[in-house]
Amino acid sequence: MSSSAGALDTEKDEVAPARGSADESRLPARLRSVPERLRSALPLPGSVLLLLAAMLISLALGKYKVSLSEIVIFIWQRCFGGAYISPDRMRILNSVLVEIRLPRILAAALVGSALSASGAAFQAMFVNPLVSPSLLGVLAGASFGAALGIVYLKTWFGVQVATFICGLLAVIVSVGIARIYRINTTIMLVLGGIISGALFTSLLSLVKYLSDPYNQLPTIVNWLMGSLTLSDRATVIKTAIPIVLALVVLLALSRHLNVLSMGDEEARALGINVNRLRLIVIACATVASALTVVIAGTIAWVGLIVPHFTRMISGPDNTRLLPATILIGAAYLIVVDDIARMAFTFELPIGVVTALVGIPCFAIVLRNARKGWN
Amino acid sequence: MRLFEINSVSFQYGRHRVIDDLSLAIGPGGATALLGPNGSGKSTLLKLMLGLLRPWRGSIWLEGHDLDRIPRRELARSVAYVPQVHREAFGYTVFDVALMGRMPHSSFFSRYSEKDYQIVRDALRRLEIAHLADRPYTQISGGERQLTLIARALAQGARVFIMDEPSNSLDYGNQIRLLERIGHLANEGYTFLFSTHHPDHAMAIADRVVMMKEGRIVHDGAPQATITASTLAELYGVSSQLLLAAGAGGCAIPDLRSQAAHMAN
Repeated sequence: MSSSAGALDTEKDEVAPARGSADESRLPARLRSVPERLRSALPLPGSVLLLLAAMLISLALGKYKVSLSEIVIFIWQRCFGGAYISPDRMRILNSVLVEIRLPRILAAALVGSALSASGAAFQAMFVNPLVSPSLLGVLAGASFGAALGIVYLKTWFGVQVATFICGLLAVIVSVGIARIYRINTTIMLVLGGIISGALFTSLLSLVKYLSDPYNQLPTIVNWLMGSLTLSDRATVIKTAIPIVLALVVLLALSRHLNVLSMGDEEARALGINVNRLRLIVIACATVASALTVVIAGTIAWVGLIVPHFTRMISGPDNTRLLPATILIGAAYLIVVDDIARMAFTFELPIGVVTALVGIPCFAIVLRNARKGWN
Repeated sequence: MRLFEINSVSFQYGRHRVIDDLSLAIGPGGATALLGPNGSGKSTLLKLMLGLLRPWRGSIWLEGHDLDRIPRRELARSVAYVPQVHREAFGYTVFDVALMGRMPHSSFFSRYSEKDYQIVRDALRRLEIAHLADRPYTQISGGERQLTLIARALAQGARVFIMDEPSNSLDYGNQIRLLERIGHLANEGYTFLFSTHHPDHAMAIADRVVMMKEGRIVHDGAPQATITASTLAELYGVSSQLLLAAGAGGCAIPDLRSQAAHMAN
């Protein structure tokens, strides 16, 4: 994905000199830069295909060899019946593909789409293409909750609940700080987020310090690096419904996000109840991001990078950006998870891989910071 | 009945009084220019009229309705805010920016309709920027951006346009083109209220000039009668000479060569 975005950049650079001319505004459509024309044609069908391809290929990847063609026949036989594959083989394929690989792929898709959509929503709301879903402290809070759960709660379900609740709590603290001073601006929210994030990060350190260094501490550290190894079918089913609901609400608000990104005063003058809209967006993004920690621990750099790159293809209009970034985010995390589990004989923490992929991308993006807006 | 009526409104940020017992009636129709030094309360007055700030004392009436009680969406359908051009913004197309003006007319979950698109196309055509429709808002000139924001206000269906220093950061040619558009629309019956730092702009298109200082209105009247060497000296504390053109318009020339001849108030 990053290489194709790079190609688009060079296209843009070549066309740039023409913009300086006096008659630039009258350029006919065919002379406009390639990315601008791609925008109207490519994003949605393209990202659907990308996601389907990523899912299909990921089903084939793993220690137990299954060919792509067999997977296609298997899916056909499951859906429409027939007897191309023997019942014994079907049973094996069913357990490998449906029970082991599919939940993990779906978990990756959920995490990727939730983080990307939250990131895109925050970028519009804070009028800044370089913010991430963790801005208001949700990831710090959820990490603290997970650690707390690992140390003091007995069941895995308890850990998941603690993770989710502390994620919400951290954001409530940020919003609360902004509210206390009765200055309901995005800058106060950002400052609230910094305070809340710092608070929960220190609390996390405290829990780590108090934990048992032989059993609990390694578990906490592993979890905080992000991993999809524990994403079983039950977790996926539990988290899918609230995540999908949150994403649907964000999608429904995409026009409102456009207006909100012109600044508070303009949005209000255009008839928007800014405070209410902002709370709804924060609530949806927070629920979705906190649940990604429940599924897979903390995964950084997805919520910033994916919407940013999607914007280069789809343009900044949120009615197109949000659906595209949800699909591309899902595909991206599926691919990154494939790398994490296939690159070496042992499995890499996915959070480390997203960071190692994301940081160079971020460095490139910084060079072209202006383009991030377009 | 006047379109806008401001009755002895006061407003303060913290303890700092910005608007001090101010009354003003405006429209319907016409272009009113708001002149005054920095910090005289021009922007605050405009924000009060847009319902972005609430009067601390006094009341504002729009067509006989208390502004405080008009729902925000409804207010947006009759009063539009044309801000200064954005320094930082996402590169929405000109069409998409103008389309935002249809927001107060569409219900929460519905999409824009063909009628909305038609209204936006008409608005762009009226401002002669239809050819820019597909261009990113960030890649057009400041003057074109300002016209896009006016097109958005037209698409909003508003009859009152409130503009905060619209000609700020535009080059000379774009300033004139913008003034020309505002003048045309004012002649068509739209009501304009704009703040400006240029007495010349007020003289060029306004049919009324309101001068503010320290949160109060100090002069109010026809441009040629209101903008004089002595009122400019009173407002800004500098001396200048007025050069009036035949017909409407004129310009103020700063009196830099005879500093000693300071005007008396």
